[in-house]
Amino acid sequence: MTDGSMTLAPMATPEPARLRHSLFAPDKRTAARNAQEARFRFYGLVAIVIALLALVWLLFSIFSAGLPAFRQTFVEIPVTLDAAVLDKAGHGDPAEMASVTTIGYGKLIGKALAAEIEAKGIDIGAMTPKDLVGMISENAAADLRDRVLADPKLLGTTVQFTALANGRIDGYFKGRVTMESAARDNNTSPEKLMLADKLVAAGVMDMRFNPGFLVMPDASDKRPEAAGLGVAIIGSLYMMAVVLCLALPIGVAASVYLEEFAPKNRWTDLIEVNIANLAAVPSIVYGILGLSFFINFAGLPQSAPIVGGLVLTLMTLPRIIIPTRAALKAVPPSIRDAALGVGASKLQTVTHHVLPLAMPGVLTGTIIGLAQALGETAPLLLIGMVAFVRDFPGAPLSGLFDPASALPVQIYNWTQRGDPGFVERASGAIIVLLVFLIIMNTAAIILRRRYERRW
Amino acid sequence: MKDLRLERDVQTETNKIEARKVQVYYGTNHALKDVDVDILDKTVTAFIGPSGCGKSTFLRCLNRMNDTVASAKVQGAITLDGEDIYDARVDPVQLRAKIGMVFQKPNPFPKSIYDNVAYGPKIHGLTRTKAELDEVVEACLRKAALWNEVKDRLQSPGTGLSGGQQQRLCIARAIATSPEVLLMDEPCSALDPIATAQVEELIDELRSQFSVVIVTHSMQQAARVSQRTAFFHLGNLVEYGETGAIFTNPKDPRTESYITGRIG
Ligand SMILES: Nc1ncnc2c1ncn2[C@@H]1O[C@H](COP(=O)(O)OP(=O)(O)OP(=O)(O)O)[C@@H](O)[C@H]1O
Ligand SMILES: [Mg+2]
Repeated sequence: MTDGSMTLAPMATPEPARLRHSLFAPDKRTAARNAQEARFRFYGLVAIVIALLALVWLLFSIFSAGLPAFRQTFVEIPVTLDAAVLDKAGHGDPAEMASVTTIGYGKLIGKALAAEIEAKGIDIGAMTPKDLVGMISENAAADLRDRVLADPKLLGTTVQFTALANGRIDGYFKGRVTMESAARDNNTSPEKLMLADKLVAAGVMDMRFNPGFLVMPDASDKRPEAAGLGVAIIGSLYMMAVVLCLALPIGVAASVYLEEFAPKNRWTDLIEVNIANLAAVPSIVYGILGLSFFINFAGLPQSAPIVGGLVLTLMTLPRIIIPTRAALKAVPPSIRDAALGVGASKLQTVTHHVLPLAMPGVLTGTIIGLAQALGETAPLLLIGMVAFVRDFPGAPLSGLFDPASALPVQIYNWTQRGDPGFVERASGAIIVLLVFLIIMNTAAIILRRRYERRW
Repeated sequence: MKDLRLERDVQTETNKIEARKVQVYYGTNHALKDVDVDILDKTVTAFIGPSGCGKSTFLRCLNRMNDTVASAKVQGAITLDGEDIYDARVDPVQLRAKIGMVFQKPNPFPKSIYDNVAYGPKIHGLTRTKAELDEVVEACLRKAALWNEVKDRLQSPGTGLSGGQQQRLCIARAIATSPEVLLMDEPCSALDPIATAQVEELIDELRSQFSVVIVTHSMQQAARVSQRTAFFHLGNLVEYGETGAIFTNPKDPRTESYITGRIG
């Protein structure tokens, strides 16, 4: 109907209002709607920028504090293993040699360092031999002792020995310790720092990559330079293995049963609600459960990866069941009809068709559940995983029952220590934890891509 | 197009399936009321009727696919060769191997074309060797008029085919288990006239071995391929009889107005 006829013959029933304007000039409503959309986009952009800035700041602070942990100052000196000191009886029997403590080895190292300094022609001023020993980590003597006891044939020879420098010396090269702070510190002195500079110039001391950070066990409060993540990484790997071996099959079986086989009634509704609730239970509650059940009731050892793994399994189960059920639900019912229609049994329908299609969801859920478990600290504190463990756990399966530490607990533990050297260690450990998490999440993404939905 | 009406002769008078007083409820919705039907062996039976009248529902009763719908309740008696299929001793899995089904919406497995067809024979152990299985797959795809289009890409996914090709793939999959009864729910609704003619020819061919039940919205198709026709309306079986009689001389006024296009 044209405009003209409208004015000529007005109708009894009102015509619906019509937009009458050029397409080139937006009307008021369109302008308002567009402005609304522009504003919304702007807010979204601001939110993204804030989130990104927070992430950049976080990564920057962690990496700037943590990367130095991967490098360490070492002193390289020839040490003469004097048989008269180390094996007084002269039998070369390790059992007898064990009576020589680290103090004896410490003296040898001090002597060797003094000899090396003299050989390089460095003036040590008023420093005593005891001061010289203080340049080197207290751990060095123990390292040397372990080496000799493991191989008594070394007695009487001169070996090239790479010793960790003392944490304060190391801190000086990393900028943590200054001449002023050293003057107030009774663990080191400006003279030692100046000597360290000279040793570096002479090539006796240098800073390099420290694999020990990843493989050595934890060390005591006075020796941050010797502390490593070895026991914690093994403990965490053991626990993840336990979680994967228990939570994945149990979680998938429970989900498949609930989703495909269980009758839909009040009981299954109740179970469903409870699984959702369990996923929201604070993790420390699982720690209390683990303490009272696995340790006090079942009598499993404290600090053991098996207990940590069981506790984390309980915590991870609902977090695997929920996404798995969602993935099973998302498989179109027509696929089930198709399989049942050609005479497949219920189980064949599930295993041949439904589960493969749900696999990406199952795997992503599992990996994200594992990643959460990997970073979990609170429940492990309650079952004693926070203990100071220097001995490596044995090989599986019996090793699962040996005391061990775990990455997040080790981080927490190190932040509690007095020596500033441990701050750097803790940040370094966070980087290791983040690398593990990134690897797991990447695996989740790759698996999801590979099993991409194909219906 | 071959006019199949010329060859409309019922070869047997034995009943393959007998349904008596079948009621279906979806929750409180009484979807099917008092349906009595005898489906003859080696015969094509067409179900016609307006949308939502219960054709699919009844079809799904015949192979107990309604078991999978939690809200569905089936009453009455349905027998296959005289055996009650709703008897407690019957395993619906075995029943469905005997009564194949092609669904209203094409639903190929998200697997290769080959695996789609081979799946049924594999799980029922119908073939012994790979060569035998290959033969079955080829024969079924040929019967479903799909072979020429897919013979070069048997390993590509069945879901990558067009809608009509998918439906023919589902037909091939259903006949691969050589069922005794084939239930087809609007198998041609997504097909072009040429493929439709091929499927209709297939249906007529299958009639020599199985009985076929076909739901269709096309009167012409029902008239072309079937020997028996059942007309459903609002959950009731209004009229059932020889196809020629239903189309030329309907007894019920509702049937007459439906086939002449006045209700639907
Ligand atoms: N799964 C279901 N749950 C609840 N109600 C259903 C279900 N399937 C079908 N119905 C109902 O049963 C009645 C019959 O449906 P049915 O699918 O059998 O119709 P139809 O004759 O096949 O229709 P069409 O020709 O559109 O396919 C409809 O009222 C429908 O709403
Ligand atoms: Mg239907």
